[in-house]
Parts: sequence; C-alpha cells; structure tokens
Amino acid sequence: MQVPAQVEYERAVSVGHALTLLARYGPRAAVLAGGHSLIPMMKLRLAQPETLIDINALSELRYVEVADGELRVGALARHADLLESAVVGERFAILHDAEQVIADPVVRNWGTVGGSLCQSDPSEDLSAAFAALKATLVITGPDGTRTVPARRFHTGPYETVVAPGELLTEIRVPASPGGGSAYAKVCRRAGDWPLAAAGAMLAVDGGTIVEAGIGLTAVGSRHFCASEAEEHLSGAPATPERLAEAGRIAAQHCRPVSDQRGPASYKRHLAGELTVRALRRALLRARAGER
Amino acid sequence: MRITVIVNGASHTREVEPRLLLIHFLRDDLGLTGSHWGCDTSNCGACVVWLDETPVKSCTVLAAMADGHRVRTVEDLERGGVLDPVQQGFTECHGLQCGFCTPGMMMTARALLDRNPNPTAAQVREALSGQICRCTGYENIVRSVLWASARQAEADPARPGGPALDGRGPA
Repeated sequence: MQVPAQVEYERAVSVGHALTLLARYGPRAAVLAGGHSLIPMMKLRLAQPETLIDINALSELRYVEVADGELRVGALARHADLLESAVVGERFAILHDAEQVIADPVVRNWGTVGGSLCQSDPSEDLSAAFAALKATLVITGPDGTRTVPARRFHTGPYETVVAPGELLTEIRVPASPGGGSAYAKVCRRAGDWPLAAAGAMLAVDGGTIVEAGIGLTAVGSRHFCASEAEEHLSGAPATPERLAEAGRIAAQHCRPVSDQRGPASYKRHLAGELTVRALRRALLRARAGER
Repeated sequence: MRITVIVNGASHTREVEPRLLLIHFLRDDLGLTGSHWGCDTSNCGACVVWLDETPVKSCTVLAAMADGHRVRTVEDLERGGVLDPVQQGFTECHGLQCGFCTPGMMMTARALLDRNPNPTAAQVREALSGQICRCTGYENIVRSVLWASARQAEADPARPGGPALDGRGPA
C-alpha cells in the first residue's frame, strides 16, 4: 500500500491567495495541480512537502484561447482541454500530436499543462513540444509577472526557474505564419514515457525555411531543444536532404543514457529518425496551410 | 481536516487526514467498496470514479481535493433497480471474468457514452486505454460498450444508432 507521508493541505481560491499561501509556507510547500506526478512521488517519498497548496479551484487559470495571434494556455488547463481545442488542432497540430500520446485519456482528464512543465521530468513530452514552438511562459510572483522563454524554463531534472513563492500561470505560443508543426514519439507501450520523442515547427516561404524549431525529450538534450539542427535549417531550402541532415545533427548532439527503456545507441538513432519524421510532417502541414 | 463530499447524490462529512487518497476515503470511510484499489500508480484504472463529471483515477486524487465536489461511483450506475446499459452490456457480452477492473471500465465507458453515444470500436479502445484487464483480452469489454451504445439508441430513437444488438459488433 502506497500512501503519502503526513502533509498539511491548503486550498487556494485565487492566484493572489495562492501567492499568499506560497509566501506563508515557503520552500517546503508544493503546488498541487492535477497531482498525477506529485502524488505518486509523495507515495514513494521522492517528494515530501510539508504543505500542499491545491490550486485546482483557480478556474481563472484554466483556459485555451487564441488572442492577438498567439495561443494562450492557462497553467491549469487539463491535457484534455488542449486535445478538445479545435483551434489548437488546426494551428498548433504538434500539441494534439503530443497530447494523444501522453499517458491515457483518464489521466489526461486531470493532469495539467502547467503541472507537466513544472514537474520538469527529463522525459516530458510537452516540454519538447513547447520548446519546438518557442513558447514563452508567464510566471506570477509577489512582485507581479515575468516571462521566461520555454527554452530557459528548465534548469535540470525536476528543476525550473520558478522560485518558491512563484506560480507558473500561462503558456504563450507565438503564431508562425506559413508554419506547420508535428510531434513523433516512440514508447514501449501505449501511454508510456518515451524512449525518445521529437517535435518540429517549420515556417516556410516558397521553398525556403524561414524558421525552424526542434524539441527533443528523453535523450538528454539541454533545454529540450536541438539548436544545432535548427541552425542547419534556418534560411535553407526545404528539401528532403536538408531535413535528413538536420536529423543526423540532432542525433549527434543529444546525450541519451542507457536505462530500462533502452540503450543509448538506440535512443540516439530514434532522436535522429523521429526528428526527420516530425520535420517531414511539419513541412507537409506548412505546405497544406499555404494552399 | 473536515471535508464534505457529495457521493452518489448523498452528502458525507468526515474528518480525514489531508494525505488520505480518494479511493481509500470511498472504500474505508464510506464503505463503498465497488471502486477497486488496484495498482496504486494511476496505471490500471480499477479505481476510476467521476469527480464532478470527469472520470479520474482516485488512487491519485486526495480526498481533500474532492471537498465540496460531487463524486460518482459504480454503485450509482444502477438506478431504481435497473442496471445501466453499460452494466447490461458487460452481462450480455461476458465483459468480465474476475471483475476486478470492471468498476473502472464501466465508469469510463459510461462517461464515453454520455459524450459520444455512438462510438466506433476504435474510439472505445482509445477511451479505455488507461484501464488494464488481465482476463478478457479486451475484446468482450469493447463489445459490451458497443452493446450498451446500441441498447441506448434502441431505447431512445432520438439518439444516433449503434451497431447491431448481437453483442458481436465490430471489434
């Protein structure tokens, strides 16, 4: 039988109240959103907060909307909310690709987008997807809000730039005119963590790649992105050879480790192959959007 | 801490530890043992109940998080002595053997049919993909849910039609 250790519980009723509670309880408090990572970690004593600050009542943080051309996702949006959003499917297809292979539908009903990012698991799918999309994260603290690029958000396994006393409140994704995006993942069974996964975003103008974003997860890539491969694509012709070479570069620069999910050499192979698959699909979608 | 949860329409107020999991609150504090406590790791889905209208894995939700909310468990599927079509489907199509996964399967299936009264077999499989059954190989579970879909359509012609009622719909 697995049960968490003794813990205090507070329910926040507004963002302001949550910040007050975070200030009161300090670094030994943990924010409880969906809890589908935190509660299992508490059962295993990998996390042992003294106080849980439940933010599930903060309906003001649960939304998925497009405003001023950019996608805005409230930190408390459930995975299922992203999947149910038609505009996300049409304009940010990578997020639907990724969400369809995150855990299972019942877990997706309750797990949150913000919680997934703050968990900062080295194999998290959404971290790679938002890195590919070059998203910006909004963090709210006692002194107001600050924004951090998704690619600067994670400081290491299970660590982010969110300080004690702060709360991730929103994820913003810029619109990319002429853009397409996609996500490709290999896992051992449905809903499992990835052996490797890659997300890609390509904006094209005619036959030229105007902008490229590549996210990688579970393969030890710093900040969940493949900058060297992106540089190879930016401003380059959108040819199959170019995409294939970007895959080779992505594989070369990632740093997977062997574990129970598979050997490092296989994960490196997957990183390259999945990068190419995601790029190809992103390109197809970008071209479909041009028509 | 003191929590009040509306479970299957009845209000229950209890003094609980904040760390108490919802599944244990239902089973041990309220005696509602229909929901099964399985893997404890949110993988198997035997513990699925509804929190308000949403199926959740109650081994990974604190009872405290349900304070002030509604919970629906498998005990509430039967109404006025009449089994829910999903329960009838599992009976008709041999949708269970040992029965351990069944309450979670049925709560997820009920939620699916409320949102999508006429799912395809593939949609049923997707909806149930967070539930593990070690007996049936899933074939009869999928048939059971399709049977329930068809029975509902028959009972309420306004609803979209389901597959034939032979319990052997497309797997």
